[in-house]
Amino acid sequence: MKAAPFDYHAPPTVDSAVALLQRFESEGIDAKVLAGGQSLMPMLNMRVARPQVLIDLGRIAALDYIRTENSMLAIGAMTSKRAAEDSALVRERQPLFHAATQLIGHRPIRNRGTVGGSFAHADPAAEYPAVALVQDIQMKAQGPHGVRVVPAREFFVTYMTTCLEAAEVLTEVRIPALPPGIGWSIQEFAKRDGDLALAGVVATLRVVKGVCEDVRIAAFGVNATAVRLAAAEAALQGRPPTPENFARAAAAGAEALEEPIADVHATPAYRRQLVRVYTGRCLAEASARAT
Amino acid sequence: MTTRQRTTVTVNGRVYEREVEPRLTLADFLRHELHLGGTHVGCEHGVCGACNVLIDGRASRSCLTLAVQVDGAQVTTIEGLRNRETGQLHPIQQAFIDEHGMQCGFCTPGFIMTTLEMLAENTNPSDEQIKDALGGNLCRCTGYETILKSVRLAARRLRESSAP
Repeated sequence: MKAAPFDYHAPPTVDSAVALLQRFESEGIDAKVLAGGQSLMPMLNMRVARPQVLIDLGRIAALDYIRTENSMLAIGAMTSKRAAEDSALVRERQPLFHAATQLIGHRPIRNRGTVGGSFAHADPAAEYPAVALVQDIQMKAQGPHGVRVVPAREFFVTYMTTCLEAAEVLTEVRIPALPPGIGWSIQEFAKRDGDLALAGVVATLRVVKGVCEDVRIAAFGVNATAVRLAAAEAALQGRPPTPENFARAAAAGAEALEEPIADVHATPAYRRQLVRVYTGRCLAEASARAT
Repeated sequence: MTTRQRTTVTVNGRVYEREVEPRLTLADFLRHELHLGGTHVGCEHGVCGACNVLIDGRASRSCLTLAVQVDGAQVTTIEGLRNRETGQLHPIQQAFIDEHGMQCGFCTPGFIMTTLEMLAENTNPSDEQIKDALGGNLCRCTGYETILKSVRLAARRLRESSAP
């Protein structure tokens, strides 16, 4: 349980991090970016990952911030999850993102783990990517050819894979304001609170003139990436927020899922059932919060 | 490959400077370079919490942190809790003894360091808050009930000692 040997660089700026990544890419050396290390370090210790070089972003103080930009909330990639959890700005303006943060790991994990790290790591069981799909969060990345902003639906490609190129660094996540009156919910099932979820669901909706509008639902922990449950959304759209309609939407969403992940913790059928149950619960909670 | 790197870490108030392999974890740095064996290594992938130490006041998994990452940081381990002048145990340590908050003791340093961070922020935690804070620490002797009692006792003693 000891990591294989690697070289280590801790550049002071994003520019110097990108330059290092570019150099190693051109030399054919496998370099990996280290953020808080709370997901990467276990993989190194178990030798699931054996990069030749680690580029630690931990010395780039310029990537540690939470600020508003017009209606958006911009969070620097190296901001700790603990800072997001403790931030009044996040709690008041982005209650869904705040609730998602509190579901991630345990306190010591959130103390070291970063907001950007979770997005770039793209674990299928992670909470943030599902929130990102529902809230249209944007990812800002810097690479050799400059800066680009990528929407969540393009950012997450597959299992632990994003659209980031080898010499690109995620620098910021940009969270649009929740529309007025919207109700939200995030719930998950894990064997121990704080462990990776076997499955979880995120939902937002508005209730307008007695019917559900702008219904958005995503599931995580079940497929190679977080996925929007389009069938569940369509089943509830324009209908009254009743337990029967929530159950019908949840069943439609679970039914339409691609074959869920199978592992030692749960069968595909069990994960599908979790999605059905948690979709129903999230819709009920979101509609209760909608004003 | 693997150039050794200098890291300078303040541990329990004392400055240590070492040349280390970048892959050396903080847990192994404490145990094998500084010979501070109180930090225990359990699962080595961040699940059990036995290796928790404070990094700049925040409870952290020392098995998921590299020694080179904490260059310049302040680290507190279980060895730093006892009062240096009087030799007296920290109130949290004493409470774990008084309430039998351990059986084999392997997980205890991790539980105590997690408790230290929590009680530094709030000496009047609810049971829910204690359970939430300690949720990332495992005890295989299943002594959770006495651990909970130990933390409650430590919190009460800390409140009383800081009362005017």
